[in-house]
Amino acid sequence: MPQITVTVDGITHEVEVEPRLLLVHLLRDRLGKTGTPIGCDTSNCGACTVLMDGKSVKSCSVLAVQADQSDILTIEGLSTDGTWHPLQKAFHEEHALQCGYCTPGMIMASLDLLRENPAPDDDAIRKGLEGNLCRCTGYCNIVRAVRRAAAEMSGREVSAT
Amino acid sequence: MIPAPFDYVRPGSLDEAVTALADAGEDAKVLAGGQSLLPLLRLRLAYPSTLVDIGRVPELKGVRDEGDHVFIGAMTTHDEVLHSDLVRAECPLVALATATVADPAVRHRGTFGGALAHADPAGDLPAVAVALDMRMVARSRDGEREIPAAGFFVDYLETALGPGEILAGVRVPKLGPGWGFHYEKFHRTAQAWAIVGVAAAVRRSNGTIEEARIGLTNMATRPLRAAAVEQAVRGLAVTDTAALRGAAAHAAENTDPPSDLHGGPDYRRHLAQVLTHRALMAAAAA
Ligand code: FES
Ligand code: FES
Repeated sequence: MPQITVTVDGITHEVEVEPRLLLVHLLRDRLGKTGTPIGCDTSNCGACTVLMDGKSVKSCSVLAVQADQSDILTIEGLSTDGTWHPLQKAFHEEHALQCGYCTPGMIMASLDLLRENPAPDDDAIRKGLEGNLCRCTGYCNIVRAVRRAAAEMSGREVSAT
Repeated sequence: MIPAPFDYVRPGSLDEAVTALADAGEDAKVLAGGQSLLPLLRLRLAYPSTLVDIGRVPELKGVRDEGDHVFIGAMTTHDEVLHSDLVRAECPLVALATATVADPAVRHRGTFGGALAHADPAGDLPAVAVALDMRMVARSRDGEREIPAAGFFVDYLETALGPGEILAGVRVPKLGPGWGFHYEKFHRTAQAWAIVGVAAAVRRSNGTIEEARIGLTNMATRPLRAAAVEQAVRGLAVTDTAALRGAAAHAAENTDPPSDLHGGPDYRRHLAQVLTHRALMAAAAA
């Protein structure tokens, strides 16, 4: 079996994996990182989104062997010393979740969006999150939360709407 | 679901890759970015014996200026294509269509060559390839050959690549000045495949269309050129909406659109005409 080295949320693991093991199963079943959920069988929902070497990927659509030597950030690695990331805070404050199933993926995809575009308008936010489905919220509060987090992360006033 | 078991090899060079593919036999498959293949494996719609992962073959990555054309390495991701100044300047139609492929996370992993070699008639890039007469570079143990895009797409998910061949990259001809471009895609939801798509390139001079190249997405089991429209549109004024609509009415000629839950062939024929008109208008004004 292939042996791979992956760093997940700052901790480096050496693991033997079957070639067919998906990254999301490595994270959840082998490394206990159950913060990243699986929402579909068709690579549509984006619930499983993590950052791989700084860029968003759907971890159900990457083999663990393909992630060899890479640096993975999951929702569990986002807070620092017990302090929530601005995106986590904003999702909470704007009530951007109901069941919360899509939330880890939404937040990781939003993080990727803000890396490319620190001040997105609503249209850019909706486009940036087009690979993530939410069955509960109707998206409006999610867009609001991302806008709020973007403002906080760049030290701007949060616009009221 | 969990894919069925397979063997896995990860060559470090193109020579190693073509050797590994030849050695692995006919049930082997090339793994590029995996954004089409892994979902198929998860749904157990494909059972390759071996995956040859070309994700770490340095020769297959990157975009280069090669004089009269731009070379795009097969393993260049959609995201890298979108961020390439060279692509944006010399092959804007490629950038326009790539921006509509799936969603950001998929574009980080999915590759230019993978999308072409997968040859899904609903994919956006095959229609661009035929519209621009791209030249596909295939590598095998026996060497390299070039396949024109018009002969590359054979049928549904089927290309002219032989069993031991890997698509190494694509030569995209530079079109020169005077051209305008547009990719018009119709789909019902974000990140969905095109129900129909139209790739249009239009060369204008003094307000008149001199030449057009039009590729159709999902109007047959392979991408098509709308030859009748290309003929009809010659000499029309770029602002003549009615005349352009008349030319676009030929878009469904010689097509064989599929039927699925999004619509039947008649619906797609109608869409092809409407979208071709929109694509022509936008490209002529670009
Ligand atoms: S689980 Fe749905 S996209 Fe990965
Ligand atoms: S909060 Fe339930 S799916 Fe988004």
